[in-house]
Amino acid sequence: MATVEQHKVIDSRGSFCPGPITDLFKAYRSSQLGDIIELLATDPAAKADVTAWAQKSGNELVDIIDEQDYTRIVVKITKKRS
Amino acid sequence: MAQATQLRTEEKAEQTERMMIVLSKGTMDMVYPALMIATTAATMGKEVHMFFTFWGLQAVNKKKVGSLKVAPVGNPGMPMPNILGMIPGMTAMATRMMNGKMKKQKMPSIPDMFKMAKDLGVKLHACSTTMEVMGTPKEALIDEIDDIIGAATFISLSEGGQIIFI
Repeated sequence: MATVEQHKVIDSRGSFCPGPITDLFKAYRSSQLGDIIELLATDPAAKADVTAWAQKSGNELVDIIDEQDYTRIVVKITKKRS
Repeated sequence: MAQATQLRTEEKAEQTERMMIVLSKGTMDMVYPALMIATTAATMGKEVHMFFTFWGLQAVNKKKVGSLKVAPVGNPGMPMPNILGMIPGMTAMATRMMNGKMKKQKMPSIPDMFKMAKDLGVKLHACSTTMEVMGTPKEALIDEIDDIIGAATFISLSEGGQIIFI
């Protein structure tokens, strides 16, 4: 059965640690393998935090894009915890 | 043979790591960091346990969880001379300031952080001795508390895990 991979955008701008990570995690919980989650954050710690999260949880950090006043962090869900 | 070894290492990597947080203080500036670390660790796949002992028990007291304070006395990090902290009303003022700052940064409230922690699977344990000493009945604790345990249970739970004492 083919499922369509989703691309979700989560806006955590304005919230600080642990906000972006918990927002990302909520999206991760409702995601399927192959889904793309794009997190928008203004927290300067978010880049390093999401990188650490992806590494720890076995998911793929696809891209970190610095926009003018926020960062877009793109994660691909490659591992789901049971 | 090589395959078997590989399987075993993978199994090991799958094993959940454990993080234990002992919270012994009941002021806002101690409870927030404990909850921030707990919730973040849970999102990173750790099995997280929080143990509330001594003043930490106040953090899970139904009547107090929503109104935890910041004490300016004995807290040289506060932006005021320490001695001023003894003036009546200073604790309330410092707490109001802190609450205002937290709200501005869109930080969830402490009761909301507990709900979030619970939702992420963090286990909350109250210390039985403290409850006895402070005369706190079970009914006075927030509903998110999983159980009431003693130090021995805590120590056996923490085996092989990281312990953070706050």
